[in-house]
Amino acid sequence: MSNALLKGNTGDWEMVIGLEVHAQVLTKSKLFSGASADFGGAPNAQVSPVDAGMPGMLPVINKECVSKAVRTGLGLNATINNVSIFERKNYFYPDLPQGYQISQYQHPIVGNGEIEIDLPDGTVKKIGIERLHLEQDAGKSLHDQHPQKSYVDLNRSGNPLMEIVSKPDMRTAEEAGAYVTKLRAIVRYLGTCDGNMDEGSMRCDVNVSVRKPGDPLGTRCEIKNVNSVRFVQQAIEYEARRQIELIEGGGKITQETRLFDTKNGTTRSMRSKEDAHDYRYFPDPDLLPLTVDNAFIENIRKTMPELPDAKKKRFVETFGLSAYDAGVLVSEKERAEYFEIAAKGHDPKLAANWVITELLGALNKAEKELKDSPVSAEALGELVGLISNNTISGRIAKEVFAEMFGTGKNPGDIVKDRGLQQVTDTGAIEKLVAEVVRDNADKVAEYKGGKDKLFGFFVGQVLKKSGGKANPGMVNDLLKKKLEE
Amino acid sequence: MSIDKNTVGKIARLARIKVSEEEKEVLSGQLSSILKMIEELNAVNTDGVEPLTSVVQMQMYEREDKVTDGAIPDKILTNAPEQTAGFFVVPKVVE
Amino acid sequence: MANLTHLTIAQALAGLKKKDFTAVELVEAHIKAAEAARHLNCFITETFDAARAQAKEADARYQKGNPLPLDGIPIAMKDLFCTEGVQTTAASAILKGFKPPYESTVSAQMKRDGTITIGKANLDEFAMGSSNTTSAYGNVINPWKAKGSNKDLVPGGSSGGSAAAVAARISMGATGTDTGGSIRQPAAFCGITGIKPTYGRCSRWGIVAFASSLDQAGPFGKTNEDCALLLRSMAGWDPKDSTSVNKPVPDYAATLNKGVKGLRVGVPKEYRIDGTSPEILALWDKGVQMMKDAGAEIVDVSLPHTKYALHAYYVVAPAECSSNLARYDGVRYGQRVEGDNLIDTYEKTRQQGFGKEVKRRILIGTYVLSAGYYDAYYNKARRVRKLIWNDFIEAYKKCDVLLTPCAPTPAFAIGENTQDPITMYLNDVFTIPASMAGMPGMSVPVGLSSDGLPLGLQLLGRPFEEETLFQAAQALEKAANFTAVPQNIVGKAA
Ligand SMILES: [Mg+2]
Ligand SMILES: [Zn+2]
Repeated sequence: MSNALLKGNTGDWEMVIGLEVHAQVLTKSKLFSGASADFGGAPNAQVSPVDAGMPGMLPVINKECVSKAVRTGLGLNATINNVSIFERKNYFYPDLPQGYQISQYQHPIVGNGEIEIDLPDGTVKKIGIERLHLEQDAGKSLHDQHPQKSYVDLNRSGNPLMEIVSKPDMRTAEEAGAYVTKLRAIVRYLGTCDGNMDEGSMRCDVNVSVRKPGDPLGTRCEIKNVNSVRFVQQAIEYEARRQIELIEGGGKITQETRLFDTKNGTTRSMRSKEDAHDYRYFPDPDLLPLTVDNAFIENIRKTMPELPDAKKKRFVETFGLSAYDAGVLVSEKERAEYFEIAAKGHDPKLAANWVITELLGALNKAEKELKDSPVSAEALGELVGLISNNTISGRIAKEVFAEMFGTGKNPGDIVKDRGLQQVTDTGAIEKLVAEVVRDNADKVAEYKGGKDKLFGFFVGQVLKKSGGKANPGMVNDLLKKKLEE
Repeated sequence: MSIDKNTVGKIARLARIKVSEEEKEVLSGQLSSILKMIEELNAVNTDGVEPLTSVVQMQMYEREDKVTDGAIPDKILTNAPEQTAGFFVVPKVVE
Repeated sequence: MANLTHLTIAQALAGLKKKDFTAVELVEAHIKAAEAARHLNCFITETFDAARAQAKEADARYQKGNPLPLDGIPIAMKDLFCTEGVQTTAASAILKGFKPPYESTVSAQMKRDGTITIGKANLDEFAMGSSNTTSAYGNVINPWKAKGSNKDLVPGGSSGGSAAAVAARISMGATGTDTGGSIRQPAAFCGITGIKPTYGRCSRWGIVAFASSLDQAGPFGKTNEDCALLLRSMAGWDPKDSTSVNKPVPDYAATLNKGVKGLRVGVPKEYRIDGTSPEILALWDKGVQMMKDAGAEIVDVSLPHTKYALHAYYVVAPAECSSNLARYDGVRYGQRVEGDNLIDTYEKTRQQGFGKEVKRRILIGTYVLSAGYYDAYYNKARRVRKLIWNDFIEAYKKCDVLLTPCAPTPAFAIGENTQDPITMYLNDVFTIPASMAGMPGMSVPVGLSSDGLPLGLQLLGRPFEEETLFQAAQALEKAANFTAVPQNIVGKAA
């Protein structure tokens, strides 16, 4: 992309961005314990002795996490490793009850993969996936409840996470945003993560470095736990600028972990350097190697849904939609499903228009989710049908839609009850045309004198007289005929 | 190799164990002699030998995804040195 | 009425069934013995009242004619097994007052079968030690005394309280755990029988962990048969322990007397280690002869990496312990020492909560796992561990069991071997190789030293072939006819 480079005092700079996304596996229970993995809950009410790191407690892996990790791996077009190893990452923190996090380090369950991201200009870019591994979430510390104390809630402790690590393939904040958006769409399509960034089901660690184009990679900084697409982009923009200014001012980037401040859009250093981390990874002796055989993988492959990219391609090829429209529709699984129902038996392009422009617009205005839409996909399809078969005009359809959205009524009933059927009776329209010509003799004279653009005025008058119900095409034809008399 | 006082301090910090200067002195000697014993392993030729993690040779058992535990906050908190309103309480964590 | 504390479990079960005595009487006799032997410091926590109540329930079952398999048998539970609502300390100050809200699988299974715990047995702190002198609750004293000496001797470790309790006839059996020899060595020092089954045979769930890849629970008994009865109750697959193995548990006691005709007993030449007491080497030769006389075939075998097992163990066990013990931070349970800030609180809690030996092992473990040393120490040790495992697999192609010494010396005096940690570590030189390979092993009392202290021999077997081990031990027990009991114990047998 042309806007990929940032201008500095010493010339152009290129950003290099990689993301580590933690996605909570959609399960009932935790990765290694039988406590609930649901969001919320009273403090420490979703904690088993295993999650609290009590003496003698042992981890037992949740089967569902294994199959969902494999499923996600397949969705990322990635290699699935038949053998993977859980290791312990050792460090002390009050919300890490065991004193270590069980994670996968040298041998993750999923290896190299690749996904496509859709950029605003309609182009597509491939982003490499480095790995996906399974690991435990930590609990939560609350620091703002007491001046000298922190409060610890272990409900989240042990929740199953997939850490999805990208290759450093992104060059702009938009690309990073598109990557997170696509990743979210994929896991939601797969049903392996609910993608709720507000509830922390998806959290991003962003690695950013800058370099002069063509130079080797610069030193990177990692911005931890950024929890919205917009914040990811803001954090990158800020961090790249900060690094460029630092380097151009004669400074040096030190590899460090930083925090994103959502209030002012800046990043700040998180951990002091003197307390260097040494996680002492080693294979967890409480667990055995995790094995998934090829038959297991193939069984999962058989249940893979059509993913956004394939769906988009199909929408373009079979429905004749533009790449842009298709992209908007497939970005959410529910949206694509809605569209396919609405388009069933109807003009798909018209259906796409109505979903994207009218429905999404109205939902957005009403601050509603698609799943709470007062207009069902079937009803919207019916409305599209009424337009296509000339029962109502597009203009009337907007009125009907507004009522559908407000009342949940179906379009046929609205049209019938309010008598909105389009007038296609030639005689009736001819009558209206005649009246308009008669009542506007002066304008007719002007028109005939060469003022062509008055034609629109006559059309408007006829439609108005019909209460908007006259078929606009017929009005055009009959008017033209009448005025040429 | 030997483990000097400085190294004792570093690993004690990693292990979150306070050690006094005198203890460092004693530990430096003891840990160094243990390390010296361990280093006799270097006499063993282990070329091409896979490191062994578990003597158990079987497929790891995987449990069903069911909620079978938790919902026992009182039991979880019963041994806590300090607690408030269902939370464990610790001295403030400063980032 | 017979002297109840001197019965074996098998005899006691028969007596209870015949109503020669009641479970209440049996338990009461052992409580009385325990009270009289408090100076041995076998228990960290006594559970006499609960035991008395359970004895009544056992008697009710005997009355109704539907007793449980081990109904009414008083045992000692190593204080490493978490027991619901009963203080569990791992002999550490850091866990003082900790009452688990759960029951370990092994102790739950024993309870299911009717055993009655009369106390939580003392041990080396977090099971780290070979002499039971690292407990924060004081040393355990071996009920045996050397001829002509009044010196207090160690019971061995880490399951010292358990072994001493059985030897002193204050419990009929006991649970132990063995990471590098912690059942076998104290059994040898106390003149009783102990078995460490195959790694994966008993569930580790609810046992305070020392080194996860090595820890294994097992029983102590006065006899081989008692160990067989207890192990059947303790063993079995547990879906809560990913390293426990799903194999049926045989009725070990049923095949004890199958004999050893044709059994191939391997004698590994590498176990003739310098520094071993000549008396023990002589006893080993005697044991070989006993097996031969009983019809076994003796085979010379080689376990070439034996010498390095100890070294590899002192990398692997501390590495795992440094991580396993990270959870003792004073946040959720146990003792907290308040500091100036969070890190200071952690550091003071762990400084004051852990004893010297535990801290040494945490530090060495932290070191061998730390950046730059991982490959040189930890991975090297794991590779050597693989070679040790191979040695056993090779040896078991030539023989069915191995016979070796169990400990290089008899029980020593408290305070000896404590100047240099390594001297103490050498105590486990014969037991560690099988631990590293996960093989089952047991210690059988075979004779007395010249100053009257018990000496044991070790039998090692193939994975999950504890039955064969019990059969071999039965032959050895019969031939050795070890009837000596500690000198000053209460209610000494007539
Ligand atoms: Mg990461
Ligand atoms: Zn992670």
